[in-house]
Amino acid sequence: MSQAALADAPIPHKIDANAPPAIVLDKVNKWYGTMHVLRDVTMTVAAQERVVVCGPSGSGKSTMIRCINRLETHQEGRIVVDGTELTDDLRALDTIRREVGMVFQSFNLFPHLTILENCTLAPIWVRKMPKAEAEELAMSYLTRVKIPDQAKKYPGQLSGGQQQRVAIARALCMKPKIMLFDEPTSALDPEMIKEVLDTMIGLAESGMTMVCVTHEMGFARQVADRVVFMDRGEIVESGTPQRMFEDPQTDRLKLFLSQILRGH
Amino acid sequence: MSDTVATADPGYAAARERPPAGLVGPWAWARANLFSSWWSTAITLLLVYVILRALFGFVEWAFVNAIWTVPYNAQGRPDTAVCQNAKGIGACWAIITDKYRLILFGRYPYEEQWRPAICVVLFIGLYVVSAMRRFWRKELALIWVGTLAVIGVLMWGGVFGLQEVPEDYWGGLPITLILATFGLAFAFPLAVLVALGRRSRLPAIKLLCVLYVELIRGVPLISVLFMASVMFPLFMPAGVNVDKLLRAQIAFILFAGAYLAEVVRGGLQALPKGQGEAADALGLPYWKKTGLIILPQALRLVIPPLVNTFIGFFKDTSLVLIIGLFDLLTMGKVALSDPPWQSFSTEVYVVLAIIYICFCFAMSKYSRGLERELNRARRR
Ligand SMILES: Nc1ncnc2c1ncn2[C@@H]1O[C@H](COP(=O)(O)OP(=O)(O)OP(=O)(O)O)[C@@H](O)[C@H]1O
Ligand SMILES: [Mg+2]
Repeated sequence: MSQAALADAPIPHKIDANAPPAIVLDKVNKWYGTMHVLRDVTMTVAAQERVVVCGPSGSGKSTMIRCINRLETHQEGRIVVDGTELTDDLRALDTIRREVGMVFQSFNLFPHLTILENCTLAPIWVRKMPKAEAEELAMSYLTRVKIPDQAKKYPGQLSGGQQQRVAIARALCMKPKIMLFDEPTSALDPEMIKEVLDTMIGLAESGMTMVCVTHEMGFARQVADRVVFMDRGEIVESGTPQRMFEDPQTDRLKLFLSQILRGH
Repeated sequence: MSDTVATADPGYAAARERPPAGLVGPWAWARANLFSSWWSTAITLLLVYVILRALFGFVEWAFVNAIWTVPYNAQGRPDTAVCQNAKGIGACWAIITDKYRLILFGRYPYEEQWRPAICVVLFIGLYVVSAMRRFWRKELALIWVGTLAVIGVLMWGGVFGLQEVPEDYWGGLPITLILATFGLAFAFPLAVLVALGRRSRLPAIKLLCVLYVELIRGVPLISVLFMASVMFPLFMPAGVNVDKLLRAQIAFILFAGAYLAEVVRGGLQALPKGQGEAADALGLPYWKKTGLIILPQALRLVIPPLVNTFIGFFKDTSLVLIIGLFDLLTMGKVALSDPPWQSFSTEVYVVLAIIYICFCFAMSKYSRGLERELNRARRR
């Protein structure tokens, strides 16, 4: 847990209740073979809302977040992202993937391309942006994540924290409306966690809609409008971070919080 | 031996902080690796003796006692009596000087053999250009098409005042290079498609690719060649006549394609799943993802087994002998069927081996260089 983040006060933030929701999950079910990994998951994320998802290992957090940009397919229920329902229709999928950026636990940068090429790839080939313009855009985002001087290097030459910040910049270069994070800091050494969290806090301040799987409770307190607790494929409890951490209603959340606090 | 004693000495560690001059360099290496004990010394000496004997024997046979020319009689036939007398003592390189045109160019008309000679040079030029990374641009495809067209014109003739030469008269090194170059140039893209097809989510495509690979891999190359030369014409409508070289070429492409597909698939499987997922998440369409992210990394991973397969197939071109095509190795055999030269097969095979080794060694050396270059400054 990042001490600095803990000490900071929550970012003041207002959500426009009249705007159409960014993400709607409606009774989503998913099975791997016979294993039921998502059970009637229902959740709505408003535009500009920041949601933190937590829960024990194997509870289906990654599966849920990966269903939102259809890296995994769900078998029952409805998922609507930015007004478009996720179906087998490939055109809808293309639209959604342009609007949704994703950051992975293991960075997944392309090791055979330079940092700059990593960032310009999608704008050039998906958004059909001219190369010069894409490079300018990439440099502006690399500056924002504070590593413009590494642009000509390859991912293997950067530290884990730097790589994850590049991964964030790479996703931002597509100018997404929604950002998904799947445990972005859990593969990092403690001293690098803060630099990545600070980048994410900056992003939250800019008004980005975010769904973030993380166990960084300090980050959740400071940034999240809502914390969602999952266990065994279900959403067990959700609420503001303060309410969730100080007044957990269910035994499962109490147990989870006690384990997390003991672990740190 | 003395080292073991020194280890027990308490002063050892301090003494070894900086190695004394005598403990580094070739002498130290030889002492540590070749003469560390009495039996290792004995084996070293024995091996040195055996190697030197073999080497001197070869030099004596190939150079000192070798016969380079033989007299020709009034009919222009060689008189190989000198060579017969020297048999086992000295090499008879006269067979090479007498037959090299036949071995290299087969029954191609003698006065026109400058044409296949230029083709061989063009092929080698093409390999060299393709090997250089600064030519890895779209234009390279044009260079290939252009060069292969020129080679076709030179070999066939019939235009620009060149005498027409049907494929039945082609032979030797050009046949080997044609089979290998066209074979691998077509088999490789085919292999990439099949490897991708095997991972397709569409069951029909997947089944087709699996069947192709398993069927072709399940039979020997020789039988594929036989099928192409004997059975294939039976399936063709009457009057359509696909020539023997083309049939062998197609059989060869199909065969090499199946093997290369498995090598490529190995690379695809070794690539972490996250790479494809990251490309998907960025919204890259399938072919962009495959061409820009998946293949460049997957192929890089399998350079050693790819080149291994390339080298194997380069040599396997010699199997076309059984369907009556005259590749380099077959021409060597033909040259040896001339009565005066019949007993000098060693000389011919040594020369053929050297030619094959030149091509194969170049491939292997190049692949190692390429691997090093591609991995410099990158992960792994
Ligand atoms: N590709 C797959 N095939 C089969 N089962 C899977 C697959 N991916 C995940 N699972 C299973 O689905 C369940 C949910 O996995 P998921 O990765 O969503 O959990 P998680 O909450 O992200 O856990 P963690 O905190 O460890 O990342 C787990 O029991 C896991 O074993
Ligand atoms: Mg997970």
